Amino acid sequence: MNVEQVQNTHPELVLAETPVLQVQNFEVTYYTDAGRAKALDDLRFSLKAGEKLGIVGESGSGKSTLALAMMQMIKTPGRIEGGQVYVDGTELMALNAEDMRRSRLQKIAYIPQGAMNSLNPVMRIGAQMVDAVISHVENESKAEIKERCMLALESVDLARGTFKMFPHELSGGMKQRVCIAIGILLQPQVIIADEPTSALDVVTQRQVMETIDRVRKKINAAVILIGHDMGLMAQFVDKVAVMYAGRLVEVSTVRQMFTDPQQPYSRALINCLPNLENKGVFQGIPGLAPSLLRLPGGCAFHPRCALARDICKTSRPEPQSDKSGRSVICHLFDKEAQNEPSS
Amino acid sequence: MSHLLELRNISKVYSRGLISKQSTTALQDFSLTLREDEPSILTVAGESGSGKTTLAMLLLGFIAPTTGQIIYRGKDISTLRGSEKLAFRREVQAVFQDPFAVFNPFYTVDHLLSVPIKKFKLAKSRAEARNKMDEALTAVGLRPEDIIGRFPHQLSGGQRQRINVARALLLKPRLLIADEPVSMVDASLRASILETLRNLQRDHGVSIIYITHDLTTAYHIAKSIIVLYRGAVMETGEVEAVIKHPQHPYTRLLIDSIPWPNLDQRWGEQKIITRESSGAGNGCPFFSRCAQANEQCKNPAPLFSIAPHQAAACFLHSNKPELEAAGISETLPT
Repeated sequence: MNVEQVQNTHPELVLAETPVLQVQNFEVTYYTDAGRAKALDDLRFSLKAGEKLGIVGESGSGKSTLALAMMQMIKTPGRIEGGQVYVDGTELMALNAEDMRRSRLQKIAYIPQGAMNSLNPVMRIGAQMVDAVISHVENESKAEIKERCMLALESVDLARGTFKMFPHELSGGMKQRVCIAIGILLQPQVIIADEPTSALDVVTQRQVMETIDRVRKKINAAVILIGHDMGLMAQFVDKVAVMYAGRLVEVSTVRQMFTDPQQPYSRALINCLPNLENKGVFQGIPGLAPSLLRLPGGCAFHPRCALARDICKTSRPEPQSDKSGRSVICHLFDKEAQNEPSS
Repeated sequence: MSHLLELRNISKVYSRGLISKQSTTALQDFSLTLREDEPSILTVAGESGSGKTTLAMLLLGFIAPTTGQIIYRGKDISTLRGSEKLAFRREVQAVFQDPFAVFNPFYTVDHLLSVPIKKFKLAKSRAEARNKMDEALTAVGLRPEDIIGRFPHQLSGGQRQRINVARALLLKPRLLIADEPVSMVDASLRASILETLRNLQRDHGVSIIYITHDLTTAYHIAKSIIVLYRGAVMETGEVEAVIKHPQHPYTRLLIDSIPWPNLDQRWGEQKIITRESSGAGNGCPFFSRCAQANEQCKNPAPLFSIAPHQAAACFLHSNKPELEAAGISETLPT
């Protein structure tokens, strides 16, 4: 039996395997002039090697803050208030600045939003890649470093000649793939991709996602894909986490999410997806995402929730997990879980 | 019968280099007619570099075509002067991709609405101007009291984009050119902006040219579609037919790459061939990436009429009747 079969028949066996990434009670707050904004509120999740997690949410829900905080790249007025991020047994938050710098790219790599604009326009691609390597790896000869870069370029389907090119000679999709190549230079265990394809057209998008997937298989890294395109999530990830006002309101497998979403916000997200059957039907989610400075009391989603009850306005729901490992923050889910026989 | 807009064999070539001229054809021999009496939504789709934005810029009169003519209500837009030019500027409006870049952060958002009112002398008094602004904002589903007097940074991307639509609406345009209006907006807000655009067409009789690379939204909002690739028309017709039964290999690749939010509909049946060279000279621009390409494709492919409301520029359909370049408009239902 291979791993996938085991996963299907005995999910508990796979869960017993130690995860490569574990995030516990992670909290980040921005201290702004207008007040305190809790951008990440008690986040917990874990990922196994080779697993793909998608994080979706509206702008301002804290998706990018999560990515930056995991890399310890949050700038003031933001502050990491607490929590642990374990990558392969190392607690990142306990590292000093120099050790953290070494861990970036080596243990955990980050492909930022609009990564193609992060390339230096006056440096050749190769020079930028070599820079990344020499700041992390000692005693590797020039030829070895160059070969390492070439292999990285080849693994993202770029010609070796790209090494000598300038960013302006490449198309958007190629630049994005260069950024992926830089991200995997040191074979990290975790890759965080923040909207890697938001500025690209569908064909290039597919190409970039296929590249990330192939690279993931090759180095068996866990991938976190941040975005707001549910369609992309359906095509790419294994698990989906829905973020709302700094909390992961639902974490479940991609199949559970698309066939039977539990949290009303994730249900609304699924329902507003366009498909071929309902031409001309536009369904959005009423209301606006709340400002983190003025979160409504109780459940943060209750003003927009069609199913809100009195309890939702007063009491803050806590994460509940069921047997399959899905975690939901909602009073209603709470109830359904109680109704189920406990055996 | 009068036409609202007529593009006659438009080409746009960008050249660079002083000594050794390098040129890129952004749009090649493009013809299109929009009728005045029946406002419709037309999608122009294609990947980056297909000439979509060049088309928008040409239509708005921001750049001049290298060859060909753009006729707006019987007059070539390059010859418009004075009051005629002003009328053109008012009647043809645009909504751009980035709702963050169009606002001046130092002004409140009503600046964006009050300037056109002043410039085009739409109101005689302050109260009338305010009324007009309220009306336009309400029409796009915003509450004027929430918007007026606020600064851009206090509003969400979706709200800003709807203010842009409101600004266009204020001027009572006949033609709205929407260049990727929802690509930078959250998925949950996309629906409301698209709905606003559709209502504009339905209730206010505005023709809309919706430029996008996102075929899912195109499918939902438009009635007809033109698929561009490197400045040439690949396929045209009714949106239902083109998206459900694409006939051109390029359209097939595009549709195969849409990430449908459906677990049972996987993407990527078709392999992506990366472009090696710049195609086959004068031939089909898709030549170097097409799996079905043969010798014949080194010649330019005319449009072949596959159904009354669908045509594809591909020799795979060479048994079908040929269509003239000017015949594109006939394949587009209104």
